[in-house]
Amino acid sequence: MLGQQVKVATAEASPDNGLRRRWRIGEKFIEGWIFLTGLLAIVVLLGIIALLLKEGLPIFLDTPPWEFFFGTRWYPVSEPPTFGIMPFFISTLWVTLVATAISVPVGVACAAYLAEVAPDKVRETVKPIIELLAGIPSVVMGFIGLMLLSPLVQSAFNLNTGLCGLSAGIMLSLMSLPIIVSVSEDALRAVPDEFRQASYALGATRWETIIHVCIPAALSGITAAVMLGVGRAIGETMTVLMVAGGALAVPVSPTEPMMPMTAAIASGIGNAVRGGLQYQALFAIGLILFILTLAVNIIADRVLERQKRKFAR
Amino acid sequence: MNMKLSPDLLSNAPACKKTRLGVTGVNLFYGDFQALRNITLEIPECAITAIIGPSGCGKSSFLRLFNRMNDLITGARVEGRIELDGINIYDKSIDVVELRKRVGMVFQKPNPFPLSVFENVAYGPKRHGRHNRGELEEIVEKSLRQAALWDEVKGKLEQSALALSGGQQQRLCIARVLAVEPEVILMDEPCSALDPVATLKIEDLMRSLTESYTIIIVTHNMQQAARVSDMAAFLMMEADRAGVLVEYGPTSDIFTNPKDKRTEDYITGRFG
Amino acid sequence: MIGSRITSRQLSQQTAFGLLIISAAVVVLPVIFIILQIVISGGSAISWEFLTLAPSQAGKAGGIFPAIIGTFYLMLGTIIIALPVGVLAGIYLTEYAGNNWLTRIINLAIVNLAGVPSIVYGLFGLGVFVLALKLGMSLLSASLTLACQALAMTITTSREAIIAVPREYREGSLAVGATRWQTIRHMVLPQALPGIITGAVLAMSRAAGETAPILVVGAAFLLPRLPQSPFDQFMALPYHLYTVAAHVPGIPQSTMWGVALVLLVVVLSFNVLATVIRLRARRRRYSS
Repeated sequence: MLGQQVKVATAEASPDNGLRRRWRIGEKFIEGWIFLTGLLAIVVLLGIIALLLKEGLPIFLDTPPWEFFFGTRWYPVSEPPTFGIMPFFISTLWVTLVATAISVPVGVACAAYLAEVAPDKVRETVKPIIELLAGIPSVVMGFIGLMLLSPLVQSAFNLNTGLCGLSAGIMLSLMSLPIIVSVSEDALRAVPDEFRQASYALGATRWETIIHVCIPAALSGITAAVMLGVGRAIGETMTVLMVAGGALAVPVSPTEPMMPMTAAIASGIGNAVRGGLQYQALFAIGLILFILTLAVNIIADRVLERQKRKFAR
Repeated sequence: MNMKLSPDLLSNAPACKKTRLGVTGVNLFYGDFQALRNITLEIPECAITAIIGPSGCGKSSFLRLFNRMNDLITGARVEGRIELDGINIYDKSIDVVELRKRVGMVFQKPNPFPLSVFENVAYGPKRHGRHNRGELEEIVEKSLRQAALWDEVKGKLEQSALALSGGQQQRLCIARVLAVEPEVILMDEPCSALDPVATLKIEDLMRSLTESYTIIIVTHNMQQAARVSDMAAFLMMEADRAGVLVEYGPTSDIFTNPKDKRTEDYITGRFG
Repeated sequence: MIGSRITSRQLSQQTAFGLLIISAAVVVLPVIFIILQIVISGGSAISWEFLTLAPSQAGKAGGIFPAIIGTFYLMLGTIIIALPVGVLAGIYLTEYAGNNWLTRIINLAIVNLAGVPSIVYGLFGLGVFVLALKLGMSLLSASLTLACQALAMTITTSREAIIAVPREYREGSLAVGATRWQTIRHMVLPQALPGIITGAVLAMSRAAGETAPILVVGAAFLLPRLPQSPFDQFMALPYHLYTVAAHVPGIPQSTMWGVALVLLVVVLSFNVLATVIRLRARRRRYSS
């Protein structure tokens, strides 16, 4: 009954006052913060770009871009210093190549197995193990490469040292597998079942269906998976720092010790003086890395969007 | 006409009650699509007004105009006037939150919060600054009694509301609305997800609430409209799928003596 | 004729499936092998002293206590910064952002933040926090750097968790006159909490294992004391593993494996914790 009285009271007091807009200052304040934090992702990304440009570009005042990109000699402390990043770039290429050559076929095959063939029980055991792999820190993978893999590679290929691009590439392939497997598997699962049934109805076996129907239908998703895996391999630091060998020459084969771009930054930055030429050169390498991975990610994102739209009805 | 009317239906006809909500020349757009066209009607206080019509004719959209729930949909745009006690609720100076306090809503699917029974009812009052436990207990009990649910849940106020039956959940949602002491209650097909027994309970509850509340109910169930409502508005889609008001008047008139051929077709079609 | 054709096709199917199984094994077996190897080789190094003493003789003797504590501080610092920001940004994207160019740019930025190499985050932290903001090579600089890196993840997981809250709850709350923020604060966030926490724990797990950024921002190799303030230097497990394994000669192998084991246990236990929270929340949702 109390309610009734209150209601009458408000109705009689001044009906239009009750509905007048209130300024909830506290809420406006919070909502302002929410908006600002919403922008933070852009701010951080732009901040990264701005910083890399600001600290990295000045190197080109000293070393012309041509010499910087195509120079084969990196002697930051000699007099005069030379900054040619060709050795690092080629090293990154080698380790990424080795990593991709292993992780793509294995990863896609594993995804096809999990999505199309494996019984639920196997799937439920394998997936957590792959997640576990994704959770192992890169420094631990580097450690494993250092302690276990490189002696194996050394004796298998009869090398002077097992710390080389090949070892690093093999460890990297393991590290890009989780993303390749999970994105490819999602892509395969997104293929509508009608496609498979249509194929069976034409008398195709399961394997023929996978290879001629499912994988082609999921191709853009699998492409995105491969791109993401490549992005991961290019950007990975600790593993290549510990396992690739760290030599400064331009490597002509993956079995040579080498220093990919990420490792060059990690090993050089500690000795670089702020604002010095080496510091600038390392930030310029960071800029190149950033652009490379950005391109790879944007393409992967676009391809994934397209895949999503393809089967969305 | 072959429809049966209970004698008491005629007694449902509203006495001369004053207008609570006035709708004048309202158009509703979702982007380019016009959902409602040129709707004008007056809704009396302390009565039940039913909005009926075929599905897709914009009944729910119409109902959601009264507490500005359509505001949540991007691209929704309203033209015309909707007045609550003479105040245009689409005026710039209107506080939507205050409006929703005074115009409560019960949804099609019971949507109790995943909280205890008590917290469900106390949710609204708490948001409006009432935190005194004793006061809240009073409000919760009063609202649950009003919603005819008290006897069924008084021993399990601390249990999850999701454990209640569908009919109980819907009455809990009504209690939740009552707890903020609205003047108008909007009900969007409140019984469509319920069994007949629960439906009847809700209908009884609605009748008992008309003493002090103005109720607008959307329903596709003709018998229900005939049973509970005092006034009825019949909406229909035109060729461009925009909803228009075909006929509006006392429920007894709409059901026994429709003026428009389309109303008659619809009602008879449904009944036999 | 027909019969033999079918068998040859089935034979090729069996061969192909065999290859698929082998590739799955190629993925799975190294993981098991790596983890077993670390557990076995590292287990012998683990002792009470190893876990509770500071390192001595350039890491050759003593324990790794400061590195363990440093890593926990780092995880905590990272999440204290990244979680509120991630949740607020997730709220913005789900509850406020319209379907417009700004939202598309934010989403693009998030996708790309997630792909930026960790070493580049290191450079960013060095340039911004260590040098420009003059925070020095401190726990705070490292936490801020890792928080920037964790941002994409906390935003994404918060956003997913918030989107998963049914629309009916929001409508019910608004319909009783709760404001937008009240609805978020009292209805949406409590419901999204398990998902948000899952994401936070995963982000912590990742921060614990991250090495390259703190290598650039300046973790200390040997610091036989605990950091006294956020502006203090610190040791961390992953950086310690890197230095004992790759930089300091004469470290006993068992020590290296021991550090690797402790790091792995910290990282993976947070991973498992995240999974447990996720599964429990899901079970609760289905049972009610």
